[in-house]
Amino acid sequence: MNPFQPIGAAIINFLESLGKLMQFAYLGVSHGLRRPFYFRLILKQMIDIGYYSLPVVGLTTLFAGMVLALQSYTGFARFSAESVIPNVVVLSITRELGPVLAGLMIAGRVGAAIAAELGTMRVTEQIDALQTLSTNPYKYLIAPRLIAGITMMPLLVLVGDIIGVFGGYIVGVYKLGFNHATYLQNTIDYLEVMDVVSGLTKAAAFGFIVTLMGCYHGYYSKGGAQGVGSATTNAVVSSSILILISNYLITEMFFSL
Amino acid sequence: MMLNAISNNAIPKIRMRDIYKKFGDKIVLDGFSLDIWPGESMVIIGGSGSGKSVLLKCMLSLLQPDSGSIEIDGEDITKMGESDRARINAKIGMLFQHAALFDSMTIWENVAFSLIQGKIMSPIKARDLAVEKMAEVGLGADICDLNPAELSSGMRKRVGLARAITGNPEILFFDEPTTGLDPIMGHVIDDLIIKCVRNPCVTGLSITHDMKSARRISDKITMLYNGKNIWSGSTDMLDRSGNDYVHQFINGLSDGPI
Repeated sequence: MNPFQPIGAAIINFLESLGKLMQFAYLGVSHGLRRPFYFRLILKQMIDIGYYSLPVVGLTTLFAGMVLALQSYTGFARFSAESVIPNVVVLSITRELGPVLAGLMIAGRVGAAIAAELGTMRVTEQIDALQTLSTNPYKYLIAPRLIAGITMMPLLVLVGDIIGVFGGYIVGVYKLGFNHATYLQNTIDYLEVMDVVSGLTKAAAFGFIVTLMGCYHGYYSKGGAQGVGSATTNAVVSSSILILISNYLITEMFFSL
Repeated sequence: MMLNAISNNAIPKIRMRDIYKKFGDKIVLDGFSLDIWPGESMVIIGGSGSGKSVLLKCMLSLLQPDSGSIEIDGEDITKMGESDRARINAKIGMLFQHAALFDSMTIWENVAFSLIQGKIMSPIKARDLAVEKMAEVGLGADICDLNPAELSSGMRKRVGLARAITGNPEILFFDEPTTGLDPIMGHVIDDLIIKCVRNPCVTGLSITHDMKSARRISDKITMLYNGKNIWSGSTDMLDRSGNDYVHQFINGLSDGPI
């Protein structure tokens, strides 16, 4: 057997899957931009993805902000630079930790749920039934989730940013002895619009990635309960990896601006 | 159930010609051809894995055949765009093997799905019509607000049938309608199918390997084997088909060419 054959087959499989994913994304987005719009379904997804994820994102960013304040104090105290802790906390949260941590948590909560729901619909022929009832599944199932993911993630991250900064504030004031007015002043003074904008741009991209991967793996799942399980795992793993990769690419893009 | 419709119509309701479909190296449909005339109730029989479900999915445009044509009312659906397919799908009602009810919706929302999504009528009117259709398949209004998970498999199948007939389709497809049901419920579902396809405006196509059910609900039977149409004829002729494959299959014999 030719030793290059499995390598070639793997590359072809990868390219084939990539093409399939691109086509799926195109169909999902294009149907999201064309009438008819299922406003009720979009609203339902917005509540599922946005409102019900608030506690998870809030807790994650709160503790991330608190830990960040403590850890930066450990480091900066060695250079007598404790005063920059509010700046470090707010920049880290808005530019990086807020969107990335929220993205990863949403990948676990929402991406898995979407893949499981659509996967079950696929293996129980509910998606086929939709088509026979003259309803386009891309328009009915995929587009509302993509729209909700893209719009709700920035809002979630914005709330998460505020909670994360508040977590740093609590530790800074009540544990590290900062004056509360000085802490808030430093936080606001060094925060620029671009810091928040770059974080929210990432959030929108992560929202798209999480919902797209959840929909894609669920839509193409097969083989009963095991297939749905694999779809769920693949959705979470692939969206987490893509979040980390795209995080670098978006950071690089804003870095060059 | 009317065979005399054939003489009055030159165009079959469904015409399949030389359909090929393969998955990887496995050929599932190998030049399958069949005509189904308006008002007929056709049953396609065949063993598990013989390609019956793939054939049905091709007719529903859920799968695209590799080659060949499938015409409904003279229009080739294999070459149609999205909007034309939706127009053709509106003529079709489908009862899935396990009913395929939407588990996020109540029973009446399932039955009235096409009416509400197509904005054909208001939800209040759609609910009334759903109750009417449910009564046609022997279901009471008391289950309207239940979820599909709360029903038995026989009741789910009836709801699936009510959903299939809600849009008054010209063609009804039934995928293994009696699979997984006890004999009495199987008979009840058969009677409901006969009631639906007895309407001269409705053409029925069922796929099954339940021979008792096939004999009850069909005017004509076709046997699918290795992706080919190996025998087609009226139900009365089934026992005198002269085909060894058909003989073995309908009698459930372990010895034979299959």
